[in-house]
Amino acid sequence: MAAATKKYVGQPLKRVEDPRLIKGIATYIDDMTLPGMLHVAFLRSPYAHAKINSINTDAAKALPGVIGVFTGAEVNDKCGVVPCASQMPDLKNPNHKVLAGGRAYFVGHAVAVVVATDRYVARDALDLIEVDYEPLPAVSDPQKALEKNSPLTHPELGSNTAFTWTLANGDIDAAFKQADRVVHQCMIHQRLTPMAIEPRGCIASHHPGEGTMTLWTSTQIPHLIRTLLPGMIGVAENKLRIVAPEVGGGFGSKLNLYAEEALCCHLAMRLGAPVKWIETRRENAMSTIHGRDQIADYEIAVKKDGTLLGIKSRTIADLGSYLQLLTPAIPTLTGLMLGGCYKCKAVRMDVTGVYTNKMATDAYRGAGRPEATYAIERMMDVIADELGLDPIKVRQKNFPKPGEFPFNTPTGLTYDSGNYQGALKKAQQLVGWEKLLKQRDTARKAGKLFGIGISTYVEICALGPSKMMAAGGWEWGCVRIEMSAKVTVITGTTPHGQGQETSFAQIVADRLGVPIEDIVVMRGDTAVAHYGRDTYGSRATAVGGSAIVMCIDKLVAKGKILAAHLLRTKPNKIEFRDGNFFIKGSPKKSVTWKQLAPESYLAKNIPPNFEPGFEASSFFEPSNCTYPFGTHIVAVQIDRETGEVTFVKYTAVDDCGPQINPLLVEGQVQGGIAHSLGQVLFERTVYDENAQLITGEFMDYAMPRAKDIPEYLLGSTVTPSPSNPLGIKGVGEAGTIGATPAIANAVIDALSPLGIRHLDLPLLPEKIWKAIQQAKGSQK
Amino acid sequence: MKTLVKIKVNGVRHEHEVEPRVLLVHFLRDHCKLTGTHVGCETSICGACTILLDGKAVKSCTMFAVQADGSEITTVEGLARDGQLHPVQEGFWECHGLQCGYCTPGMIMSAVELLGKNPKPTREEIACGIEGNLCRCTGYSHIIDAIEFAAKKMAKKGAK
Repeated sequence: MAAATKKYVGQPLKRVEDPRLIKGIATYIDDMTLPGMLHVAFLRSPYAHAKINSINTDAAKALPGVIGVFTGAEVNDKCGVVPCASQMPDLKNPNHKVLAGGRAYFVGHAVAVVVATDRYVARDALDLIEVDYEPLPAVSDPQKALEKNSPLTHPELGSNTAFTWTLANGDIDAAFKQADRVVHQCMIHQRLTPMAIEPRGCIASHHPGEGTMTLWTSTQIPHLIRTLLPGMIGVAENKLRIVAPEVGGGFGSKLNLYAEEALCCHLAMRLGAPVKWIETRRENAMSTIHGRDQIADYEIAVKKDGTLLGIKSRTIADLGSYLQLLTPAIPTLTGLMLGGCYKCKAVRMDVTGVYTNKMATDAYRGAGRPEATYAIERMMDVIADELGLDPIKVRQKNFPKPGEFPFNTPTGLTYDSGNYQGALKKAQQLVGWEKLLKQRDTARKAGKLFGIGISTYVEICALGPSKMMAAGGWEWGCVRIEMSAKVTVITGTTPHGQGQETSFAQIVADRLGVPIEDIVVMRGDTAVAHYGRDTYGSRATAVGGSAIVMCIDKLVAKGKILAAHLLRTKPNKIEFRDGNFFIKGSPKKSVTWKQLAPESYLAKNIPPNFEPGFEASSFFEPSNCTYPFGTHIVAVQIDRETGEVTFVKYTAVDDCGPQINPLLVEGQVQGGIAHSLGQVLFERTVYDENAQLITGEFMDYAMPRAKDIPEYLLGSTVTPSPSNPLGIKGVGEAGTIGATPAIANAVIDALSPLGIRHLDLPLLPEKIWKAIQQAKGSQK
Repeated sequence: MKTLVKIKVNGVRHEHEVEPRVLLVHFLRDHCKLTGTHVGCETSICGACTILLDGKAVKSCTMFAVQADGSEITTVEGLARDGQLHPVQEGFWECHGLQCGYCTPGMIMSAVELLGKNPKPTREEIACGIEGNLCRCTGYSHIIDAIEFAAKKMAKKGAK
């Protein structure tokens, strides 16, 4: 018997995917060129709302190198509407076409498309298109959009209300009657722009002989696109191949089927040549989905000891001007996580989805859960403040105990497993809690604005059971032991930076007992990964990894049958360990994959009815979502003169279940926190009162840079999930969900001696400085 | 009207007739077929297109190819020598200094310039040294680890 193989799971291995990326030889969408390929550019509306009286494309068409110029009138009846997967009762949908028809209704709305032999020429041609716009009144503020005399984003819908949605459970009136106190706060979750560093882009190539279409696109969801695109372009699913090449960041912004992707397919068919479109940064800022943009009014009924009795939220969700794939679903995810990690018997949330003349909102890292967590964690601090209690004790009072899991929430979820007390305790130990409190006392005595913020969060991940998901929530995988005993793993998830080429190889190496170097993980091409539900909602490892585990179980069972045949015994006498199949009790009588694989493919010495080859594929259907949790503790100091926030400490303890690769987990947590830090301190997507986009470039949209990042003290606890065989909970969004309220709470705590109890994000130095000046004024 | 532009890229002479408006990054990507240098913003904010032009870190999306005529350029493809990764590349691999990898070539080129000027930077100096480069995935901490790793490795090599 060979020596036991090394255990890979749990090791902080460096990534398999990195060499091609650090050498600059990876293939992103713009790195690809096809023979005869044409270049596409879009003319976009500079107005938030305008009637299009006429479009003259003659001069553009006459430019040498221009192959075609098309307007809505020429393509909209040939392409279906952009799909929305969230079917809500009473949802009004404006049927967004691939190009604007008689009306443009947001800045960036594509009104014409140019195809040329060269990308420079395509851009030149845009300047030669004459559009006669007649500006119409526009609305950018969702509250104003609900007023009676507001301009209508879509006059044909009769109002700006897209839908109303209510989630209610428990006796909310009784809860508020029993309350010693009702704590009230309104909070704004500002609009954010995901800003993946690689903009979107695609290449469409039609093969008229076969009637097939290949679309290479910078996407998180090639499989969902393959499901949805037939309805837009009339090519059947089995004639469509979608490929996500190397994808330069997504954060939810590439979890969509966009008009440009369908239109490029149409143009490739129409012109008989492959076409390429690469989004510019300006286009990315105005016509790739935005995130957040909710106004939430919270009332929480509490007993004077801090016990939560009931939560009421009235939320206005700004959907922008039309519906992308999941637009209306995002605020409903906020609703599901309304109560955070606390016991509370009665809840009610009323959401009003509103159309405004802005880009559509959709899933941006966290997708509705950061909004829920921010609100409840801010509220816990406000409650503690109003009742004169310790914010930690208020949280502890309302946590379910570890023994109370699976824990049913009033919002209808079942939290799988948890130990919120454990994560909190560990974070307090890690940060040196008592010492930190003393440090705050000392700083405050010296007149400094020093604050400590905490967030104890829970999130919903590993989406999810198919009953919750419009297009199914399972995941597919395939494992093939090749004739050479090399191993090919194919996943239906579509990693784009998360590192599953490495972490899946770790899982497979351990379970098959083969060297990790012998494993290749393939993803992102529907011709290779036949089925998949792709990567979003922190699902890839928990759900996709579980499908791989199912495949391995099938292969090992099959291996036992062949090994028994070769060792002249019965399959139930065979044991499998570390890559060896051996007769129980006689480990020397063994065979390995290296012997079994060629036997199975050559198929000359196999048992009767034994299917040759070694390939297994599986669909894994999770029994529940997973609910990762943790505690973030942040200490900040604020400069009184400038309002600038400086980090003193940042500690996070995250529980994402067992970790396949702690280095990758750490990367996800740190990256997630950076998005939160951006939201709390700098980032905001700004439209003016005419719905003109102000933050249309990196120059105007402030994102964190290296010098803005604190030194982290990170830890973890491990509470396995019963929802999947790996026990994994997921970690892709945890940082973004847990960090925002912790940082905000720290800033408000620093300002609390001045009597400030809440400020809306982002907490720009100017806003903090003004609040300090105002507080000074009122103290005089 | 096209102009002949001659640039030595990664030690190899490249001569192409290009329009004067062609950006240096497109000269490298479309004409020299070196696609490791990426375009992220076209406004010199994100730094994904950073290259070394006569030893200086330059954002190639806001420079014309004709302006670089006669210069020597190093792109990310030119860092590894004889199959050996540059210490900065090694650092990024060892320390998980990248996720999607799109900003990485520019980030690596800025780091190479930084370590050329300051071989023993503090973490703060590293953070300031890469402030012209945006990363949306990593949250920067691992990038700073990677550059620290490279600095130590290069110091060791130098001492030998």
